[in-house]
Formats: sequence, C-alpha cells, structure tokens
Amino acid sequence: MSIHQELDLAHMQAAFAAPVRDAQTCFRALLEGLARPGRIQRLADIPVPPAGLGAAQSAILLALADRDTPVWLPPVVRSAAAGAYLRFYCGCPLATRLADATFVVVSTLAGLPALYDLSLGDPEFPDRSATLLVEVASFDSGASLRLRGPGIADEAELRVADWSESATALVQENRRRVPLGVDIVLTCGDRLVGLPRTVHLTAEGMACM
Amino acid sequence: MNATTAPVQAGYNFAYLDEHTKRMIRRALLKAVAIPGYQVPFGSREMPLPYGWGTGGIQVTAALIGPDDVLKVIDQGADDTTNAVNIRSFFAKVAGVATTTRTTEATLIQTRHRIPETPLAEGQILVFQVPIPEPLRWLEPRETETRTMHALREYGLMHVKLYEDIVRHGRIATTYDYPVIVNDHYLMRPSPIPKFDNPKLHRNPALMLFGAGREKRVYAVPPYTDVRSLDFDDHPFAVERWEEPCALCASTEAYLDEIILDDKGGRMFVCSDTEYCAVRQEAGHKGAMAP
Repeated sequence: MSIHQELDLAHMQAAFAAPVRDAQTCFRALLEGLARPGRIQRLADIPVPPAGLGAAQSAILLALADRDTPVWLPPVVRSAAAGAYLRFYCGCPLATRLADATFVVVSTLAGLPALYDLSLGDPEFPDRSATLLVEVASFDSGASLRLRGPGIADEAELRVADWSESATALVQENRRRVPLGVDIVLTCGDRLVGLPRTVHLTAEGMACM
Repeated sequence: MNATTAPVQAGYNFAYLDEHTKRMIRRALLKAVAIPGYQVPFGSREMPLPYGWGTGGIQVTAALIGPDDVLKVIDQGADDTTNAVNIRSFFAKVAGVATTTRTTEATLIQTRHRIPETPLAEGQILVFQVPIPEPLRWLEPRETETRTMHALREYGLMHVKLYEDIVRHGRIATTYDYPVIVNDHYLMRPSPIPKFDNPKLHRNPALMLFGAGREKRVYAVPPYTDVRSLDFDDHPFAVERWEEPCALCASTEAYLDEIILDDKGGRMFVCSDTEYCAVRQEAGHKGAMAP
C-alpha cells in the first residue's frame, strides 16, 4: 500500500479497548521483560493483531509507537493491513530503511536483519538505537539458551524454537558492542521475553553444533 | 496507615501526564534499563510543583503507575514529611491508586534520598528523585565533555576528587551521593542517598529507576546488577556506623538521624526509616527513649 493511499476505515480492526490502561499494562510487562531477561511475560487482554504482526508485537507498538518513532515492517507486512493499522492507530512513520527505524518488526528468526544495518546509537547517545520485535514459533521447544547479565540473579534458561547459530552470533556480537547495540524483544503470540544488549547468551542443543 | 484508595479527580488524564508524554518517558525508561547506569535524555514536562520537589521522580512514577499499583512515597526515610505526603496525595488524586506506608505492601516506591531498610523484593520498583544526575558535573561543567568521558569510561577525574578528600581529611569525606560504577561501565550518581545505602544498590532484586526533572534525564539499575562504590585498595569503601542503637526501636542495623533535644547537648539517635522503626516498635523492640 502506498503511503498516500486512502485508509480503508471500514475494515480497520479494533485496537486497545481501554487505551490508557492497556498501554500501561503492556509497558509494564515490557519493562519487566527487559529488566529480567529470559523471564516470559504474558500480555493480558490484548487485541487481535492485524495480519503479519504477532499479538504482542502489535500491542507493544500500540503502547509505544507514535509520530516520533519510525517503525520498520517487513515489506510484505507493510503493504498489508498491518501498515495501515499502525499508521491509523499510532500515527507512526513507516521507515523504508532499517537504519532509520526505532522499532524493527521481524516476523521470523530467519528474517533477522544484519546487526550493522540497524541503528546502534552512538557512543555519546547509545539510547538512540533500535528495538527489535522478533516473532518466534515457540518458547516451549527448540534450542535451550542460557542467559547471564544484569537482571538475572544467576543464570536464566530459555527455550526458543528455530533458534539458529546466526541468531546466537547476532546476540553475542550485540553484547560485544555494549553500550552500543539494539535491544531485542522475542515475542510469541501474547508472550514476550526481553534480550537487552547487556545479555550474555550461549546456546545448547542445536542441530548442527 | 494501610493501603487506602481515593476517588480520582475529574479533568485529568490518568496519572496526570498526557499519553504522548508517557510514551516518550516509557521509551526512555526501556533504554535506561537496557543500558544500566547510562543517563537517557527525555523531554521533562512542567509539573504542578517546582523543580527540586521531585518532578523527575513524579514523571517516572506517572509513566509507570497503573490502577493495580500500591504506592509508597518517602522523603529522607519518612512517610509523613511534606514532600512524601504531597506526592502520595497527588497520585491518589490523579490516578486513584492505593497508597501505603508499608514497604512490603508497596509495588511502587518513590523515594527522596533513602532506600528503605526493609529489603526490597522482586516485583517492586523503586523510583529515586534526582537533583543532579551527572556525577562529573562539578568536575567538568560541559555536557559535551562529560558525555565523551562516559563513552570512553574516562573516570580518572572522580578518583582524583576522592584522592584529594584523603589528602585533606585523611579519609574519603563524601558521605552522600557517593559515586558508583554500574555493571562495570557507567559512573552513576545514586542520588543523594547516604553512602550507608550504597550496598543496597548492589544486586538488589527490585528494579531501581532514577528521574531528574530539571536536568531531564532518566537512568536505571536493573535487578541483580553489579553496583560498586568507588574506592582505593588502601581506603576501602565503608558505611557509617553509630555507637548507640536507635533510641526508639533499638535497631543497630538502620541508618540513624541525630535529633537535638535541647540546647544543653541533649540528643537522640533514631531510625531515619520511620516505617521500619514503627514496625519494630510494634513487634516489641524498645529503645532507651521509647515511650
């Protein structure tokens, strides 16, 4: 859909039922998620997402995206209902370049962008960096990830389906660049897990390791 | 006082701030948590009270608070001083949330210059009111320079300041707002808490957020994060100790305030954390001057 195309309001899906309350609960779950990496948070009472977005991804963007935060969507998602949905409810610009985006939506782990295509902040302002919202297939099966770092008492364990060596490499390279880097939120339906840039990640039990 | 609720005052958005401002503060807080100890700039708003009365802490609390939260506010450890009473009643009015003085009941604790004596737990968030967030500000006035110094972890100047303390006084004379290194990177001001509270910052199970309204910065110490007070091998960091216990609850572990009783040298030492002291007295602990 072109950015200038009329919004089709007749078919626009509903967003938050109570925007003030729902945005607050989503934010708190996300804050808890990033403050306690590896611990799964569930978002309650969130709306059915538009096609192409996960429920948690959509709720996070409804809670936090606005005219100040360019959002990057995979092209196929952007041109579908999700693009119009976010423009209508959040008023956010839809970035065409990854490096311009504050929020980057990734639909599968295989679609993870290269770290250096993203905005990593600069040494004086490492906060001016992207947040990735990555939809994964499951938190109940797949590779076992061990996490250490701020927010984790000792060690946290997390299972992520279809986790790949390139995903491990991206998280480890991201850690190596601290304080620069991106912050990753893994989402699965209405659940989320935070992987901030400070997390040390090691993967076990992957097929070809 | 146990948890109480008040009706919401009409005419305000929930928790006073508009939603666009809340989103901006929330995004800043998320980055603050992801980069422990780093000061994230944010667009601080005019608040209905002057700078210096906790405008930064209030904006952080307003961005966090939800209808299910139970809020506690302390000022120098006390629940019943002007600043604490006003901020508590502000949020009772504009958010209709339950307020409490019990540390263990609270989900959100906004504090001016103390960390409660009762250990915090997971699920609690401590919000600090910060006057000057930049630890290097009195050593280097230029923001452009201090930003570069943080980027390069160039903190020699702060060590020189502490060293000069030792040369002049024979010991590190900084007793509050004592500089710390967070997660082995950023030098951070813990806000003007007594250095007695610095060890509580280290690997605390609660999330700690800091808001500076006038200086327009937020920063964070996530749970279980290493927080090290700066010191030297031959002058290790040490907290204050008192020769006598609290005069009311006989605690030997709390931070004590000295209270002058007359002009003949009479004085007493009492817990600065009023709730901790009251709970101990209810449990039967009696100090030398207990009623």
